[in-house]
Amino acid sequence: MAVKSIKINGRMVSARAGESILEAAEDAGIHIPRLCHVEGVSDVAACRMCLVKVEGNNKFVPACMTPVEEEMIVETETPKLQEYRRMIVELLFAEGNHVCAVCVVNGNCQLQDLAIEVGMDHSRFEYRFPVRGVDLSHRLFGRDDNRCILCTRCVRVCDEIEGAHVWDVAGRGSKSRIVSGLKEPWGKVDACTECGKCVESCPTGALFFKGSAVGEMERDRDKLKFLITARQKKEWTR
Amino acid sequence: MTKIKLATVWLAGCSGCHMSFLDLDEWLFDLAEKVDVVYSPIADVKEYPEGVDVCLVEGAISNEENLEFIHQVRERTKFLISFGDCAVTANVPAMRNMLGKADHVLRRAYLELGEVTPQFPHEPGIVPELIDRVTPVHEVVPVDLYLPGCPPPAERIRAAIEPLLRGEKPVMEGREMIKFG
Amino acid sequence: MDLKELLTIAAKEEEEAKEICINCCTAAGCNAANAVELKKNLDKAVKAAGLDHKIEVQSVGCMGLCGRGPLVEIDPDNILYEQVKPDQAASIVDAVNGGETTAIQFDMEHPFFAYQFPIVTENSGRIDPERIESYIAVGGYQQLYKVLYEMTRFELINEITVSGLRGRGGAGYPTGLKWGLSAKMPGNQKYVVCNADEGDPGAFMDRSVLESDPHRLIEAMAIAGYAVGANHGYIYVRAEYPLAIKRLNKAIQQAKKYGLLGSQIFQSNFDFKVDIRIGAGAFVCGEETALIASIEGKRGAPHPRPPYPSEVGIWGCPTVINNVETYANIPVILREGGEWFANIGTEKSTGTKVFALTGKVKNSGLIEVPMGMTIREIVEEMGGGATVGSTIKAVQTGGPSGGCIPASKLDTPVDYESLQELGTIMGSGGMIVVDSETNMVDFAKFFMEFCRDESCGKCIPCRAGTVQMYEILQKIAEKRATQADLHILETLAPMVKETSLCGLGQSAPNPVLSTLRFFREEYLELIESSHNGKVPVSAERIDKS
Repeated sequence: MAVKSIKINGRMVSARAGESILEAAEDAGIHIPRLCHVEGVSDVAACRMCLVKVEGNNKFVPACMTPVEEEMIVETETPKLQEYRRMIVELLFAEGNHVCAVCVVNGNCQLQDLAIEVGMDHSRFEYRFPVRGVDLSHRLFGRDDNRCILCTRCVRVCDEIEGAHVWDVAGRGSKSRIVSGLKEPWGKVDACTECGKCVESCPTGALFFKGSAVGEMERDRDKLKFLITARQKKEWTR
Repeated sequence: MTKIKLATVWLAGCSGCHMSFLDLDEWLFDLAEKVDVVYSPIADVKEYPEGVDVCLVEGAISNEENLEFIHQVRERTKFLISFGDCAVTANVPAMRNMLGKADHVLRRAYLELGEVTPQFPHEPGIVPELIDRVTPVHEVVPVDLYLPGCPPPAERIRAAIEPLLRGEKPVMEGREMIKFG
Repeated sequence: MDLKELLTIAAKEEEEAKEICINCCTAAGCNAANAVELKKNLDKAVKAAGLDHKIEVQSVGCMGLCGRGPLVEIDPDNILYEQVKPDQAASIVDAVNGGETTAIQFDMEHPFFAYQFPIVTENSGRIDPERIESYIAVGGYQQLYKVLYEMTRFELINEITVSGLRGRGGAGYPTGLKWGLSAKMPGNQKYVVCNADEGDPGAFMDRSVLESDPHRLIEAMAIAGYAVGANHGYIYVRAEYPLAIKRLNKAIQQAKKYGLLGSQIFQSNFDFKVDIRIGAGAFVCGEETALIASIEGKRGAPHPRPPYPSEVGIWGCPTVINNVETYANIPVILREGGEWFANIGTEKSTGTKVFALTGKVKNSGLIEVPMGMTIREIVEEMGGGATVGSTIKAVQTGGPSGGCIPASKLDTPVDYESLQELGTIMGSGGMIVVDSETNMVDFAKFFMEFCRDESCGKCIPCRAGTVQMYEILQKIAEKRATQADLHILETLAPMVKETSLCGLGQSAPNPVLSTLRFFREEYLELIESSHNGKVPVSAERIDKS
């Protein structure tokens, strides 16, 4: 196995060839904020939270999709990156209708956690208050577009792990929405196997278990990780 | 030593933040030694006074009265704190924004859902008119400190106010201090 | 088909040419001004005058002076008539025959034409784009023959490198390098793509080439295919260009029929086919990675580069993507030599550039000028200056990704580097003249609205950032804004620029940054006159937290 030596925030880190900066940092105990990344499925570099500075590159690069290179020098916490990350989170809060106080995942939400992580105490951007819908047609699950941040984790998890491809993205720009089937009510989509992986993967309360009350819903975040490890490494016990 | 002039204001919110403030229990006695509460929904003062040092503003800006009042508060206050999620994010009161402008909201609430005598409330000078869009406080006037939470837990309120009494700005970081909801 | 046959077609075409040719533009611009009717009437008038033996009425592509269409040119007299009405057809035929005409003549010595240097547009307005013979008659497909029989792939790529040709889609990446990279990639399957998803508001260079000289593009793509070892090309053209699509389809059919596309071209062992893919109206599909996704039948969303398409493109295969204008230069470079091309223009920006000159300018249309010409020469002399009653305030290049050049900097030469220094870009060639009547905040707002609507929605800074920037610009334009809003705008713009995933988001703030740089006072005036002169409390301090 080829090994690459890289430097992250001044620390020497050894990484496997082909590994992403994000993985290498994670193994070394260096945390890089991320939102659209979910272990076990392909990356899309859409949330821009994991952008890092690589010496010699005049643009920030997404840590999740940038493979390590020998003698790469990476900075993950420059003041500018910290400021930009906070702005991204503010943009997300202003873009949707994220009312933590009445959300099923209040206290168990990765967007909420990220807001704390980047130090967001308010949004400098005006709230958009978009008109978005809720789909409660499924027997077990619900979807609230107001809380959707379009990370497309559900899309990828359903496609790549479950193989059902129930979810996709429709529309463009600020009108983009996650849709089930051919933009049908979720409950009417035959392809859905009711496995619930999308709900487990959702960072916010956009996909939820029906019957959850405010702040009550908790996810089994390790379930997806377990499934991936099971498949890849044939480790079938948790 | 002159006491710090403290005010608390209740705009479009449920008063939960004020309840949480009262949850500070015996610490309120300590606080009372250092501050004069010059204006508050729990004090019988009619006019917001001049020269307020610190003001905790609970609630979003939802009607004409809130809008007029917050400007007055800002003018007469040195240090203004957005107190709780309604003030910081407009929170639950702003969920009516998704219904459209004020007349849509009133129609929904008083005509479509009015079961007995559906009619618009209209009492000029008594019932303040709704503004079209509920906003957080800082979209209307500048804010000096943001104290999120629905409500902010009593300990968080204390951790934010205590340094101010010593003339220091509190550090608003971490789950204990800035978690929404 | 072999070279002899090709030359025979050319000779026959020459032989059959009539003494006089009336060229009537039927490209989109003139079509919109009723050129089809005019062409019919010209045909009738020639017949009625009994001059069929002497005069040919030819339907041709763009002549450039689109703002004054329909255009009719008399060859070989080199007389151009502008704004010709269908009922003036007979009088034009009269004039050709020595009589008088009521049609307005445009002076061909005018700088609009005199300053031009046609390479890309050398055949535009001169040949019939719907007849392959017309292209062959002017030497068409001879360069394809030449590379197949006289040049190795690397000699060919070297010739392009020597020419200094840079991508005309906007970024200006050296074409020779791009081809060289793909050529060296391993693998049996490679692709060649022509990006004809021209989407900048006010730009129509590529459309003009497609409508006026489609065979040139096909020949160039086949040459590129030979260079990199690809046997399959795609032309990704937007559905909004129906005439271009029609002419491309026709051209492909004709080329296939003559054996200039397909298997064993010119009896060599080189195979090449071209397919058309029609874009469904998303601006972002002009971004190369989104374009590839769209060709593959996926949602047109970009993905991060590297890897670049030259290495990993369509279905994971090495793919060369060039813009229409870039391809259109190739046959001429091979005909005249890379050195010849490198001597045109400036040292770092060689050759010519086609611009779509529009906006508040007297002569609007399409021009091709050597790189390094000043913007003043283009807009004031060629374009004739601002429309009557106003003055030029700025010139915008690069469409929604570009920026404004203020009137004080009109002596800037057009080349990649000089424009970049001014905070704008060459872009694909849109050049919009802004006059004193236009407010620059409104102008920036227009482009921001465009970017907001065209953002694909994949990455957050572009999707949500353009919305916020647009709203702030709207607030400023409506005199509702404060200094704090301006501060937020100036904080957000660089962030969107530096963190967005693809070129669309990375360049979306440019119109704002550029107008703020040169026309800041217009922003400030609107902010100061906000709220009917009464400064709201929130304007007194900037929220710094």
